[in-house]
This record gives sequence, structure tokens and C-alpha cells, in this order.
Amino acid sequence: MCLAIPGQIVELLDGDHHYAMVDVSGVRRKINIGLLKNEGTRLGDWVLLHVGFAMSKISEEQAVEQLRLLSMLGESDEAIEEIMGYQFDEEKKT
Amino acid sequence: MKKMSIGGVIIAMKYVDEFRDPELIRRTSEEIHRLVDPDCHYRFMEVCGGHTFSIFRFGLQNLLPANIELVHGPGCPVCVLPVGRMDDGLSIARQPDVIFTAFGDVMRVPGSQGTPLELRARGTDIRMIYSPLDALKIAMDHPERQVVLFAIGFETTAPSTALTLMRARELNVPNFYVFSNHVMILPAIRTILDSPDMRIDGFIGPGHVSTVIGVHPYELVTEHYGKPVVISGFEPLDLLQSILMLVKQMKEGRAQVENQYSRVVPWEGNIPALEVMNEVFEVRPFFEWRGLGVISQSALKLRPEFARWDAEVRFQVKGVRVTDPKAAQCGEVLKGVLKPHQCKWFGKECTPEHPIGALMVSSEGACAAYYHHVHLRQAIGE
Repeated sequence: MCLAIPGQIVELLDGDHHYAMVDVSGVRRKINIGLLKNEGTRLGDWVLLHVGFAMSKISEEQAVEQLRLLSMLGESDEAIEEIMGYQFDEEKKT
Repeated sequence: MKKMSIGGVIIAMKYVDEFRDPELIRRTSEEIHRLVDPDCHYRFMEVCGGHTFSIFRFGLQNLLPANIELVHGPGCPVCVLPVGRMDDGLSIARQPDVIFTAFGDVMRVPGSQGTPLELRARGTDIRMIYSPLDALKIAMDHPERQVVLFAIGFETTAPSTALTLMRARELNVPNFYVFSNHVMILPAIRTILDSPDMRIDGFIGPGHVSTVIGVHPYELVTEHYGKPVVISGFEPLDLLQSILMLVKQMKEGRAQVENQYSRVVPWEGNIPALEVMNEVFEVRPFFEWRGLGVISQSALKLRPEFARWDAEVRFQVKGVRVTDPKAAQCGEVLKGVLKPHQCKWFGKECTPEHPIGALMVSSEGACAAYYHHVHLRQAIGE
């Protein structure tokens, strides 16, 4: 829960500035980017993810190292499970 | 297995060649051995459960001189949650029409009448989620039900709960409630420093909490208590470098906040995260922590402006206090007074399969980390 997961922003969702699509080892999910509003988020940026939110921007090199760390810690499967577990996509407006 | 010699001591190095920059790791380890005062016993606390996990998994203690002791801190959110608070949450879960949602590591934490998983097996509607936004989505999909988020975590997670609540307000979701168990790291460190049975010489500061709160809050520790703090990353090299920085500070008689993890942690923290936390939460006058007791100004509750979404306003929450089983020594382990294996129940009554205390539940808990590490070492024949 404490170890953040690195992902790459692959799509900025037009008309919904709160969210972006992220790719983590081939798995794509919608995540919230509200906490990065000061820095701004661009296509291709690498971010650290925690419970569905991008927490900070990192370099590609740091992203690769973070993935390697998760794998050495035996936590890669759990990380992918978390990303696949995000179920808040297709939010219906009430 | 590779062997490495430092000052005549042969150290088993199973993992070093897999680490990033193994040569630098060797040099850092040698530098620590060279700088320590052999007549001193150093007690450094790694505050964060992620660090505890990494230290055990990589066997980093093997790369340190025998007189550097790593004390495992309170930075594992489910580990510091008292049983009474679990019971309060689960009493909400049992109310009619409620869907109760919680993260995976909460699902296995025992309350007085069992874990959330066991309760679910007996028919209570408890669902595991990976994001607070999942809980909001469930609420929107089930307008006829009351959906409660069991919110837990330090400053790493609190901004995510805060943004989810702001989203609930924006989308006007009336049936979503948050049961906040968010806590803050500095009051816990302060309590440990004030505790008469503890002596800590320096702190390995948490990585991801610090991406939110930044570097300067730790000045309380350096200025008021005169203890050095080094904010650290999670890789073996990060942790060794941080320990080296602590040893250097002590040798030079300094007590400063240093940031080893500056590639991720900005000095000022994450300003939008701090803003949303401040907009949604206020500090509770006091909150009970497992092992550390009641700590004033240490936890977050929803502001009155968000009372509509506050589970503690909507539901009857008794505020029960349940003492831990006497023989289980979770409190002593949490404070670092006892090592996990020194608890009478460690590995006997209390195992990761049948945890009695939360320290044995979460992979970030010292007992679970210690248990897996000991078994791993036995498996590879050390």
C-alpha cells in the first residue's frame, strides 16, 4: 500500500481535467491527476501512483527503477492487481 | 553465495549483485563501517512500513555494522489502528442498507468479532476496493444503499480521500460516507521521542508521506529534540545512503533534516495535496493509536462543511475502546522496545495466516516482515 506504482500518461481525457489514462506494464486504467494540477500533466509524462491518484511526476529512468524495485520486492503482481482493480472508470454523472 | 569482506568481517551478500549499482552499495556499506564509533550503539528508526518491508526483504541489516540497530517505527496505517476503531467501523458495516468498502490490507485486520473478510463470509456487504474513488463509484451505482468508505492512511493517502470527497460534493452524491481514520506522522514521532523507555538516535524519514508534507515539518525533530532526520527512498542503495548520512551527522555533531530522496520529494511537498487536505479535514483534538496510546492533535476528521458525507455524523459510532490481548505485545513492538520475535505469541498463536495483531497482517508490519524474512533465510539455508 505504501510503495507507489510508476505509470505513463498515455491519454489526457478531453473535457475532464481531473483524469487521465495511464499505462502500467501494458495495463491501461483511468486515474485521477488532480494532485498534479500545479505542475500540469502532459502526454508521455511518468507518474507515481497511489490508490488511483498520481502523486508525483518522475523521470522515465526513475520509473524503470521503481518497477525493478517492485519486482525485486516480489510486489509486481500486487501492483498490477491494484491497477487492474481500479473500478471508478465510466463515472456516471448524477 | 557471494561473500564480502569488510574490516575482516565476512558478510553474506545474496542480493547485492541484483541491486542497482552494486559497487556503490559495497562502497557505501564500507564507508558506514569505517565511520561508526565502535564504542557507540546506534539506534535508528525507520518510520515508514515500506522501508521496514524493504529492509527485511533485502536483508540490509547484513550490510551494516553490528552496533547499528534498526528500530521499526509506527508508519504502517493498519498496524496503529486500535481494535476499538475496527469495531466502530464494523458496527457501521452491519447496519441495514450499508455497503462497507475497505482496502485489501484492512480486510484481514481482526476486530473483536472477527475480520472484515470473516464478517463478509457471514453475509455482511463488505467490498474490497483499490481506490477511494471506487467507493464513490459504488455509491453512484447503488443510490438506494448507503456506501461507507473505511478511510485509512497517513498523509500519503489522506489527499486522495479529500479529493474523493470534493468529487462527491461536485457530483452531489448523497449516499456516500467516509469513516476517517487518517493519521499524521509527526505526532507519532513526537510521542516516541517523548516516551521515557525509548532511545532513538536518528530517523530514516518516510518517502511518500514526505512527497506530500515536504521536508520542513521534520525540523521539529532536529530543532526541538536534536535528532537527525534523513528522508529516504526505498531501494537498498537509498536506505544505505540514508544510514550513512545519519552516521555522518552524528559524527559531526549535527542534527539536520536531509533529503536523500530529493529525486521524488520536493522541499515544499505537494501544495495542491496539502490544500485539499486542509479544505476537507480538520485535526481531531485526540485519537487513540495502538501501542502509542492517545495522542493529541494526531488524526484527521471531516470539517463541518463535509458533515453530510461524514460516517461519524450519519451513523451511531460508539467510540469503543478495546484493550489488546494481554499476552500480545504489539504495543512494545510498535514502539521498538521489543523485537517481533521477542513477543511470546510470535510465530506460535500469531502468524500471517492467523494474525492476532495487525503487525502480523500487513506486509508492511514489522511482525509479518520479520516472519517472512526468518522463513526466507531458513529456506535458503542461512
